[in-house]
Amino acid sequence: MKTAVLVFPGSNCDRDIATALEQVGGTAPTMVWHAETELPDGVGLIAIPGGFSYGDYLRSGAIGARSPIMRAVSDAAGRGVPVLGICNGFQILTEAGLLPGALMRNAGLDFVCRDVALTVGTSQSVFTSRYAAGEQIVYPVAHHDGNYSADAETLDRLEGEGRVAFRYAGPVNGSARGIAGVLSPAGNVLGLMPHPERRIETAAHGGDDGRRMFEGLFEAVGA
Amino acid sequence: MKLRIFVTLKPGVLDPQGRAIHKALGTLGFAGVNDVRAGKLIELDVADDTTDERVDAMCRELLANTVIENYRVERV
Repeated sequence: MKTAVLVFPGSNCDRDIATALEQVGGTAPTMVWHAETELPDGVGLIAIPGGFSYGDYLRSGAIGARSPIMRAVSDAAGRGVPVLGICNGFQILTEAGLLPGALMRNAGLDFVCRDVALTVGTSQSVFTSRYAAGEQIVYPVAHHDGNYSADAETLDRLEGEGRVAFRYAGPVNGSARGIAGVLSPAGNVLGLMPHPERRIETAAHGGDDGRRMFEGLFEAVGA
Repeated sequence: MKLRIFVTLKPGVLDPQGRAIHKALGTLGFAGVNDVRAGKLIELDVADDTTDERVDAMCRELLANTVIENYRVERV
């Protein structure tokens, strides 16, 4: 499967996600600069990496979300291509309107950088098919603006439609209803603050809970 | 034409930065501060024939995130 990783000025997890995709899928992704207007033909997965695109100017992810490449990402998402936004990628997806809500400054004001326990909200998506709903897993987080916020109606809808992919098992950043990751209505766009790509290999990362996300994706989309 | 755009968090949206400022004011001995909310001021210099609708679109599409923020435009 052809995969693409977007690169913005200030992305710093683009190599992490590229390594994870290559280790699990066997083929290196195409790195796509934000100023491009087209994605590789036949791309089966688009990853938007973590980092600090445009130095978090204006709001985290705000400028990146208006980059030229995002129009192509939005079109691809509309066609059902899986789009995975991690950390700053999640912020970019909410700013682009591809996911609801917003990521605000952590309630405690601190940058949080540690492993966190997560509860899987659903196994009914291409991202979470290798997990069981209710299962507890560990991914690392590293963010300052991860405090998920949306109005009560939106939160109710996300929960009612099974679109909360992951929740924090304990307090991390003040996120509404402990939400760590959400899915689009069609389920092919996932944004999450924790980093599955940094939990691929036990020897290097202290665990491999993230590996199953990518294994599930490659299985769903065709390796 | 110069414009000043005030971007503020919607009422009810938790403002951790405002809260931290509030606490720091208290630490400095400034009593009687009931609440602090932090926002942004963005100054624009635009062509004189820029319509209100156009400015509004700029605010909605980029300058403010209307999920969590309100904005107010002031002509200078």
